[in-house]
Amino acid sequence: MIFGVHMSEVKIENLYKIFGKDTDQALALAENGLSRSEIRESTNNTVALNNINLEIEKGEIFVIMGLSGSGKSTLIRCINRLIPPTKGNVLIGEDQIDICKLDNKGLIELRRKMFGMVFQGFGLLPHRTVLENVILGLEIQEANSEEMKEKGSNALKVVGLDGWGESKITELSGGMQQRVGLARGLAVDPEILLMDEPFSALDPLIRQNMQEELLNIQKKMKKTIIFITHDLEEAVKLGDRIAILGDDGKILQVDCPEEILLNPKNEFVARFVKNVDKPNVVKVESILKMPTVTFRPDTSPEDAQSIMKEKNLDYAYAVNDDGTFRGVLTMELASEAITRGASDISDYLDVTKAVYQVSTLGSVLHILITSAYSVPVINESDIFVGYINESDAISILKGRR
Amino acid sequence: MIDSFDVPHLPIGEKLVDGIDYLSDNFDFFFDAISMIIENMVDFFDSAMSYFPPVALAAIILFITWRTAKLKVTAFTAVALAMIYSMELWDVTIQTVSLIFVATIIALALGIPMGILKARNNRFELVIEPILDFMQTLPSLSYLIPAVLFFGIGNPPGVIATVIFAMPPAIRLTCLGIDQVSGEMIEVGKAFGATPRQILVKIELPLAMPSIMMGINQAIMLACSMVVIAGFIGAGGLGGVIISGLQRYSLESALEGGMSVVFLAIILDRITKKIGVRYDHNK
Repeated sequence: MIFGVHMSEVKIENLYKIFGKDTDQALALAENGLSRSEIRESTNNTVALNNINLEIEKGEIFVIMGLSGSGKSTLIRCINRLIPPTKGNVLIGEDQIDICKLDNKGLIELRRKMFGMVFQGFGLLPHRTVLENVILGLEIQEANSEEMKEKGSNALKVVGLDGWGESKITELSGGMQQRVGLARGLAVDPEILLMDEPFSALDPLIRQNMQEELLNIQKKMKKTIIFITHDLEEAVKLGDRIAILGDDGKILQVDCPEEILLNPKNEFVARFVKNVDKPNVVKVESILKMPTVTFRPDTSPEDAQSIMKEKNLDYAYAVNDDGTFRGVLTMELASEAITRGASDISDYLDVTKAVYQVSTLGSVLHILITSAYSVPVINESDIFVGYINESDAISILKGRR
Repeated sequence: MIDSFDVPHLPIGEKLVDGIDYLSDNFDFFFDAISMIIENMVDFFDSAMSYFPPVALAAIILFITWRTAKLKVTAFTAVALAMIYSMELWDVTIQTVSLIFVATIIALALGIPMGILKARNNRFELVIEPILDFMQTLPSLSYLIPAVLFFGIGNPPGVIATVIFAMPPAIRLTCLGIDQVSGEMIEVGKAFGATPRQILVKIELPLAMPSIMMGINQAIMLACSMVVIAGFIGAGGLGGVIISGLQRYSLESALEGGMSVVFLAIILDRITKKIGVRYDHNK
């Protein structure tokens, strides 16, 4: 998606996981569409995952979000087969190897080659130093000691623990311990990094730091990250796409964060979304509108005035030849230009503040409220891309959309 | 009612004796070989420790206690060693220590792998569990006799009896330690592609270490008490001193031998416990 080519790194097809003995009957019932509670009543088995279909693309942060008991931890463990699925396919990598069909040797090989994992409870070994913990994965791969040392200290640098290699794990705070866990996951240079509620055990402030750190690391590393959380705000902040796992062990919606927030597909998702701090999530571009007309600075005021009259506009945006934003031409300014006999409108533009399309609504709210016009929007290269108006913004912030 | 029941006498004891006889008649060479190995091991430790003059050996022991268990224990050890020497029990105490070492080494060499197997294999656990109960509850005196039948009298049957007595805690605590390793830690190993062997060596055993050290400590303590009882079947050392003291109504020598055993047990306990604490990183 990011590179313009669709390349799925993980493809999950018709995946079922049923806990309990003799799962055949429960599986048949689940395939016939019975609910989790109905199946539990008739067979005593628990359907943890019910017909999961997902395609996770290379280089994206894919967040799987659900409440406790939704089966999200089971789902991430099916991806590297820490839990064997009852039925279905999990295809890994470009070669689309089905991890469910591998023998023990092939499974171990694939895990070494493709996966790193970060755990909720950190999973660090207290008898090892920080560096020794980071290189555990490399040690398992039987890398040579120089390679281990180099990759280990590099990974520590990446997570900001440079110089802590010789410390004991017990000397570190929770946040630092999870940095070690992250470094251990990155040290093996995996194609896919599985993160099972990695920040849930951390204090809110440290959690936020870690989230930002993860985004920074991802900017450089471009790994495929599969991230589990029960916190929708975390999901929205981190995810390129989010899958919402419902109470029934089924995927309810897979979408980018804004789509989830603005167009929840069912009531369950809508209930989640209700309490999210939208101004800090929804981006300017989601309410972006295209003007019916824009002027070049060399347009004559007479032309501009007649076009604006024709289109019934009070004002219009002026854009330079290179596409950058120049200013706003109002009807009054156009008339003034005509009375003064100006040849073009370039000196009669009101220079107003533009906002970036990737900013969040919350961060541009003050501009929206104080501006005399609908606020012009530019992209990262300052090219004018459209405008936003106050009423759209407010209807989103009030949750009407 | 019960009196009138005519319960036939089953020849359980006889059959067991028959079995023991059969084994000792037909596997002579086997038991002799084991006897020889044990005797040699005991001799080795005995002569290695006797090689040092008592003062030098005491200095080594004090250094070890000081490095592991610090000051109080070192002071106690110094007094205890001086008393053992002044009671003229130095050489027999060394014999006892040799017996304890050999018995503990064998008990651990068998017990720790069996503990690992017990944690890993449900079927083995089902078989070994009643055997462990049997070993731990059978009065210690009653397996001195089969030990004698197989190995004659002297140090080897004493060591064998001690091994049997000291092994259960090593097996049980090793197993417990491994069972207590959290599922998440095992998942860490699996997720990075560890083989079952790598998981055992890199994750399970290190995390089970505090419990295993406790097992080692318990094995040594039980060995301390059992080598004395083994004096009944001619094992040397302090056990012999105590038994012969009791037989000759010589309370002095029995008490002195008993005290030396207690000193020995306390010293060994403190050292192994302190080593165990080092492996417990949560403290």
